[in-house]
Amino acid sequence: MHTSTSASTPVAAPSTSTSSLRWRVVDIVVAAVLGVAIGLVFWAWNTVGYAWFTAMDGLTPGLGGLAVGIWLIGGVIGGLVIRKPGAALLVEVIAAIVSMLIGNVWGVSTLLSGLVQGLGAELIFALFLYRRFTLPVAMLAGAGAAAGAWVFELFYGSSPNILKTLEFNTIYLVSLIVSGALLAGVVGWLAVRALAATGALNRFAAGREARREV
Amino acid sequence: MPATGPARITATGWGWRYAGRRAPAIRDVSFTIEPGERVLLLGASGAGKSTLLAGMAGLLGGADEGDETGSLLVDGARAEAQRGRVGLVLQDPDSGVVLSKVGDDVAFGCENLGVPAAEIPARVAEALEAVGLAVPLARPTKALSGGQKQRLALAGVLAMRPGVLLLDEPTANLDPDGVREVRASIEHAVAETGATLVVIEHRTAVWADLMDRVLVVGSDGGLLADGPPTEVFARHGAALAAAGVWVPGRAVELPALPAAPADAVPALAASNLSISRDGRTVVRAGLDLTVPRGAATAITGPNGAGKSTLALTLAGLLPEAVGEVVAAVELAGRAGRRPSRWTSRELLTRIGTVFQEPEHQFLASTVRDELAIGPRSRGVDAAAIDAIVGELLERLHLAPLAGANPFTLSGGQKRRLSVATVLADAPPIIVLDEPTFGQDRRGWIELVQLLQSEIAAGTTVVAVTHDEDVLHHLGGHRIDLGAGPSLPATPLDAPGRVRPRPVRPVGARSCRPSARGPALRTSRPRGRRGWTASTPSPRSCSHCCCRCRCSRRSTSRAPWWPSHFSSCASR
Amino acid sequence: MAIALQLLCIPLTGLGALTVLKRMLPILVFAPIAGVSMLLYAEPGGTVYWSFWYATISDDSIALAVAVCVRVLALALPTILLFGRTDPTELADALAQVAKLPSRFVLGVLAGTRTLGLFLDDWRSMGLARRARGVGDSGAIRRFFSMAFVLLVFAVRRGTKLAMAMEARGFGSGIPRTWSRPSRLHPRDLVALLGAAAIMALAIAAAVAAGTFRFVWS
Repeated sequence: MHTSTSASTPVAAPSTSTSSLRWRVVDIVVAAVLGVAIGLVFWAWNTVGYAWFTAMDGLTPGLGGLAVGIWLIGGVIGGLVIRKPGAALLVEVIAAIVSMLIGNVWGVSTLLSGLVQGLGAELIFALFLYRRFTLPVAMLAGAGAAAGAWVFELFYGSSPNILKTLEFNTIYLVSLIVSGALLAGVVGWLAVRALAATGALNRFAAGREARREV
Repeated sequence: MPATGPARITATGWGWRYAGRRAPAIRDVSFTIEPGERVLLLGASGAGKSTLLAGMAGLLGGADEGDETGSLLVDGARAEAQRGRVGLVLQDPDSGVVLSKVGDDVAFGCENLGVPAAEIPARVAEALEAVGLAVPLARPTKALSGGQKQRLALAGVLAMRPGVLLLDEPTANLDPDGVREVRASIEHAVAETGATLVVIEHRTAVWADLMDRVLVVGSDGGLLADGPPTEVFARHGAALAAAGVWVPGRAVELPALPAAPADAVPALAASNLSISRDGRTVVRAGLDLTVPRGAATAITGPNGAGKSTLALTLAGLLPEAVGEVVAAVELAGRAGRRPSRWTSRELLTRIGTVFQEPEHQFLASTVRDELAIGPRSRGVDAAAIDAIVGELLERLHLAPLAGANPFTLSGGQKRRLSVATVLADAPPIIVLDEPTFGQDRRGWIELVQLLQSEIAAGTTVVAVTHDEDVLHHLGGHRIDLGAGPSLPATPLDAPGRVRPRPVRPVGARSCRPSARGPALRTSRPRGRRGWTASTPSPRSCSHCCCRCRCSRRSTSRAPWWPSHFSSCASR
Repeated sequence: MAIALQLLCIPLTGLGALTVLKRMLPILVFAPIAGVSMLLYAEPGGTVYWSFWYATISDDSIALAVAVCVRVLALALPTILLFGRTDPTELADALAQVAKLPSRFVLGVLAGTRTLGLFLDDWRSMGLARRARGVGDSGAIRRFFSMAFVLLVFAVRRGTKLAMAMEARGFGSGIPRTWSRPSRLHPRDLVALLGAAAIMALAIAAAVAAGTFRFVWS
């Protein structure tokens, strides 16, 4: 990716430091539509992912967490694209609602888990004051969402993990964090970069940062 | 109290550069559009017309989204400060619909502007009446056709009682019926409200007589032309035609291929075929058809008749519901002669499909890689792949874009790229779904030329199309779904409706249904009129076109130049 | 207990019993699968029937597994009943007018969520296109990711265009908004709320009475 600024052209550098954190209409609508698209992806992934999860969980306790990463990607992509407070939370929640409404096994708990996962990612972005959106931040956000998911499943649901053994829970936490960092953080960051390359993100800072002139 | 009545638009040396780009999108335009004037905005693609319209509507965003030079004012003030004064209708019908019920959607603009709730129903009814959309308020917007959606968007804008109506290629994504509907709606709406009208369109035929003035934006900045339509077209016709605008009076200089011989060997055949999109509901049943080899076959019919479904079934992508599609013997794959049974790899080298939305087919991140995907999956070696890709890039004028991301291409370039990816594997049959949809003149000509050269080389072409001129230029064997009685009357034609006022006075002589050209001798149902974007061939006017209201309206070779209208009596 | 009461509520929601059954089907299939994890990994208690590495099946875990299945059903049913016929526009109106959530967000999200149908069409069309391009035979995971990516591109593009159309109609401009579909609370809403609370109370009471009630981690 080449940035468009060059020494010879007097182009104003993207002013991320003075960009307002107020939501524009385009931010709201794109967050909603992204949430819907990602919710559809979640739903399509539900069957594959759940099968992977239970297969791994059956064989090796706690390692089912490795499959969970994709479900955390909503928050990461939302935060990276829109870069406003609450973006990660909003996109993940909408994606969870959509995947719930199209029909899945978990019902209302999808919404709640989406909330908690989105919060996890949101907290990481907030920690960086919504200024830094690099790959390590994305991975941390994915891990944050994963930690949120772990905490949630510890207490809630039909089979709260707190009733299971300590070994199970620690392995689950580790596998969740790895999955979150890789499948949500890295994949999410790559997806946003590829999105910017298609020119779709022209109205967002993510698209203006990395422009490639042909 | 917000201002009412038509607004004046003034631009003084206005320009806009999007943040993150080096060159400004538009530079140094100056004009004054008087209240109530009707302006047609033309220019090559990339000249900044849409940017100009967005600037007039105040939608370009703040300082962090770009740099503005000069001033662009509506009624002396910026458009952002007077929301509701300027209304904008975009090209994509689906993106202009906001809420799920017709009544709610039209009321949306009024609600945003703080119109008291008691007044809103009256405004909604008035706006729907002005565009002639006589559907119940509770109708779900999903169920509307493309033309209806655009009219709905227009109604939503009119409910705000704007002083300026901006239309950004409103008919580009519509079929001929939709184009006709929208055109009539706009004429009626403008006649009733008297608002200033600015339209971007490359199908000038549709609009030329409604407009008072033509502005041509130059790609290097400034305005190339500014004047009444006849004058601008006379002086700049050649330049405009080269830029892709369908200029009245300029014929497309392409030969028309002869019709396929009656005894041609079929490349594909089907009998008693029933097609279905999702395997459950049957769209059409009892079809008997053949696709002759080495010639073009067009699938035509009204909306919803199942044209795309048939094309995809013939291409082996959708399974047949009842009956079989059978290919010629030499095309047989391991599973037999039915394309729907072939593997994806076998399909690649036998039938190539070009989808209506080119982006559905894109897989790679550069144009070059995109072209290489097919050959690579066949196992062709690298040097041969480079040769194939290089040749295709040259042939389809995509060479300067070889390293670009396919999603950043313009509409015409995307279409050419999707056709090129199909040609990379040289399949003997090519199926295209609406290849000339949304294309400007240049894209249209290139595509038709390409298809003609493929047919000359012996490829079988199946095309779903609304465009009668494509059919004419490609040789004319057609499969017509939905031949029969004329289409149901649109609401604008319902009895008791006020007809839009004719723009020109009625002439003296009656329109003579005179010489029919040879291509028109094929049986064509009454009432089929396509709102084609093409210029007419140098034949005499055979039938009066959609523009006038001749009783014998069975042609879509719409002659519409001004000299005809003045002589045509039935309006 | 909860399931029985919820089933009784079906006529109130206006959904047909058959519709409910159809939508419950995938859940009826998957509920036992959810129980498997609990079956194998719960804290052992009572007679141990089988044990392998970390997994142990015991009385306690069997009881918990059964409870899990039942709970999955009890959780899924309300979702189906509640959302089967809720009109999103009415929901949005209520959220903005009654709950006083910011109207920009509520309506923006509402407008955005209408694009779902378009995405489903796109997904199917892309699947067909990949078959036509020779990559439809193998590599399902790769295809999935490539289709998901294109869906994201479409999402951002559609969202941007929709936002432009909405802004052109005066949305988000700071002018105080009027509502052509006023949304107010009815006495019926209070009844529904009390009814839901009653179902929950009855279910918990029944569990306490039967001695099978367990708070989350007791």
